[in-house]
Amino acid sequence: METNEVFEKVKNLFVEELGIDADKVTMEAKLEEDLEIDSLGIVEVVMAFEDEFNIEIDDEELTDVGTVGQAVNLLHSKL
Amino acid sequence: MSKRRVVVTGLGSINPLGNNVQDTWDNLVNGVSGIDQITSFDTTNLPVTFAGEVKNFDANEYMGKQHARKLDRSGHLSIHATEEALKDAGLDSEERLGPNVGIVFGTGIGGIGATENAVRTYDEKGPTRVNPLAITQLMPNSSTGQVAIKFGIEGPSLTITTACAASANAVGEAKNLIENGIVDMVVTGGTESGTTPMTIAAFAQIRALSTKNDSPKEACKPFDKDRDGFVMGEGSTVLILESEESAKNRGAEIYAYVSGYGATTDAYHITAPAEGGAGAVKAMEKAIDDAAISSSDIDYINAHGTSTPANDKNETEAIKTVFGEKAYEVVISSTKSMTGHLLGGGGAFESMASVLSIKHGKVAPTINLNTPDAECDLNYTPNNAVDLDINTAMSNSFGFGGHNAVLVFRKN
Repeated sequence: METNEVFEKVKNLFVEELGIDADKVTMEAKLEEDLEIDSLGIVEVVMAFEDEFNIEIDDEELTDVGTVGQAVNLLHSKL
Repeated sequence: MSKRRVVVTGLGSINPLGNNVQDTWDNLVNGVSGIDQITSFDTTNLPVTFAGEVKNFDANEYMGKQHARKLDRSGHLSIHATEEALKDAGLDSEERLGPNVGIVFGTGIGGIGATENAVRTYDEKGPTRVNPLAITQLMPNSSTGQVAIKFGIEGPSLTITTACAASANAVGEAKNLIENGIVDMVVTGGTESGTTPMTIAAFAQIRALSTKNDSPKEACKPFDKDRDGFVMGEGSTVLILESEESAKNRGAEIYAYVSGYGATTDAYHITAPAEGGAGAVKAMEKAIDDAAISSSDIDYINAHGTSTPANDKNETEAIKTVFGEKAYEVVISSTKSMTGHLLGGGGAFESMASVLSIKHGKVAPTINLNTPDAECDLNYTPNNAVDLDINTAMSNSFGFGGHNAVLVFRKN
């Protein structure tokens, strides 16, 4: 799967599952500041990723994930 | 030093009769039933298929999906009611309410819908798929915390869970906070959304609910000989209470005074009322004493009046014990006949109904009261509203657990 395909799937999850405005979801968007995903929301996001991509994500892997782009790259590397 | 007087300066409500106070009052005095077949879930196999649901309310539309997802429906309703109450009190600025404002909310079963959903997910998909927001949706203090966050309420907060007396206790404890000078203002009331499959099933199992599935609008018949149980309702009602001085200083309109509060416990049985409503009698007497009046001063009683055989009989006996001969004169009604039983949200709704009765000089009826019961022989305002100059109104609330909370409201 190409990076842009992963991004589209991620964007779709954010919009459909979490109710975030589509306009806000860019590769540069910061999860906490721009998308208002707090510490509880991150757990939901990870669950949604795991279901969508059929993978498992460890908490340690999330340490460096602060933007949509970093999340997309993490997912891309695991596929 | 005499205690500070406490006034009501704002009302907000979303309930089976309306999504704001005005619609609710119009329907109350017109004797409209808010009860109907349940639409929010499939009632196949349930012994009870009807309830008082809030209608035409989409939380995603109201607060946006991203925010709405964080709350149980009981939370959505409480935010909506609080917004209306604050606006009504002239407090709808964007400023945080701050440390001189408290919040006391009542609920019987908190985010029970969220609990049911999370358990369903656990059973179907396992522990790693349980909603991480489940705890913050289901905890009984969820609405209290979410309302405080939304409106910046930084004073003391309490969540009271005395079942069907919860939000009456909340109004009473809010009164105490203001009387004793802890804060000048309290956002108080209650919320409940127990119109969920497991909750309906469980209440039906203890034979507490009416099973008149073929005639939902006529099913709730407090004090009628053919009553067969209460009808589940959902909703939230919020009152803005403040010191008389605070209200006058900011030129707020005063609906009524919160003059008396009495709270007792039956310590008898977990669901059945004590014989003769002994605990209810003491709560009414305490509320009357607290208001520094006598029972003969009370013009109107908004009864607990659930439509269960036991409550209505025992409440009637209790009123007779407290009022003596005057029991046959005092005007009584049960607004639950129209809303169903809002459980932990009931006391606040009925406080609002009492306050509006004082304001408008009108008593909402007990609808569906057609067949007299020899054991319920007082004046329950059957089927039609009556005009009445009300100086003093009393609201009764009694909960599973044996909790009794009675409030007295006065015009001045």
